Amino acid sequence: MTVLQQVLTIGLCAIATMLTRFVPFVLFSGRQTPKYIHYLGKALPGAIFGMLVVYCLKHVDPAVYSHGLPELLAIGLTVALHLWKRQMLLSIAGGTVCYMLLIQLVF
Amino acid sequence: MQTKGIKRKALAAAFPHTIPILTGFGFLGMAYGIQMSVNGFPFYYPMLMAMTIFGGSLEFVCVSLLMSRFAPLETFLVALLIQARHLFYGVAMLDKYKHLGWKRFYLIFGLCDESFSINCSAEVPEGVDKGWFYFFVTLLNQSYWVCAATVGGLLGSLITFDTMGLDFVMTAMFVVIFLEQWLKEKQHLSSLIGVGASVLCLVLFGPDSFLVPAMCVILCLLTLCRKPIEKAGDAL
Repeated sequence: MTVLQQVLTIGLCAIATMLTRFVPFVLFSGRQTPKYIHYLGKALPGAIFGMLVVYCLKHVDPAVYSHGLPELLAIGLTVALHLWKRQMLLSIAGGTVCYMLLIQLVF
Repeated sequence: MQTKGIKRKALAAAFPHTIPILTGFGFLGMAYGIQMSVNGFPFYYPMLMAMTIFGGSLEFVCVSLLMSRFAPLETFLVALLIQARHLFYGVAMLDKYKHLGWKRFYLIFGLCDESFSINCSAEVPEGVDKGWFYFFVTLLNQSYWVCAATVGGLLGSLITFDTMGLDFVMTAMFVVIFLEQWLKEKQHLSSLIGVGASVLCLVLFGPDSFLVPAMCVILCLLTLCRKPIEKAGDAL
């Protein structure tokens, strides 16, 4: 990417963010939120965060060596830690350290 | 003199509410700054991105967007969908942020997940100016994030240990958010649609161009399955 393309990429992210923050105040001030929008508000987050998990793992190829095993193990530990302690930062830090150790020392 | 007193009082009331955010943003912001740095970006990149975008999830994703080929449409759509939840924060804060004059613009600009959850739920103590309270919550949270991202960006170049695999911090973060969402929701159809549609599109379109089709499929399926999802989720 050139610097201009980087600036545009960051700018687009900022503009999209501001749109999602300002639009409700412009559109829905003083009238009822459409039911469909309300529904998407409840249903989208689960779907989008699911998509982002897949996005993070997009380069994992089960057919090629390491077969996604370090990712699987580290995610397993992250989930286990989180179900056990429910401490977001602990789960994230634990999973990340586990992954770094796995790919640097084991795989 | 009097406005000074009002501000100080509001700041004192706001600060304790933001302490948990200080730890969270401190950790994630530094991780984000370090990640930008080890990918070759100078510290002012994470600093400026933290100031202008001010949305953690998107900023992490933006690192990988910046590392791939330039794709403005994909970038814009991904950003819109990742941030779409802010639409509902806005709807929820419509009344609270009314009549606050110029502060409104900053409050809306800085309406991230954390500022929303504090300003939406915190009881503003008697005698404390609401506008300034909301203002300081938002400002403190954003300063934590910007400072942490900047420090991370500066520290990244000093790191001597092997950082290979550090980018897993983003994966772990989304796994935890997804898991929290999963534990909270009364139906899992929408979450399953998100994962299923993305995996399907990843297989069909490959890692570099699956996001836009995945988002379209997710929106279509969520629209088609509205009845069962609303029913299963009860009042959702």
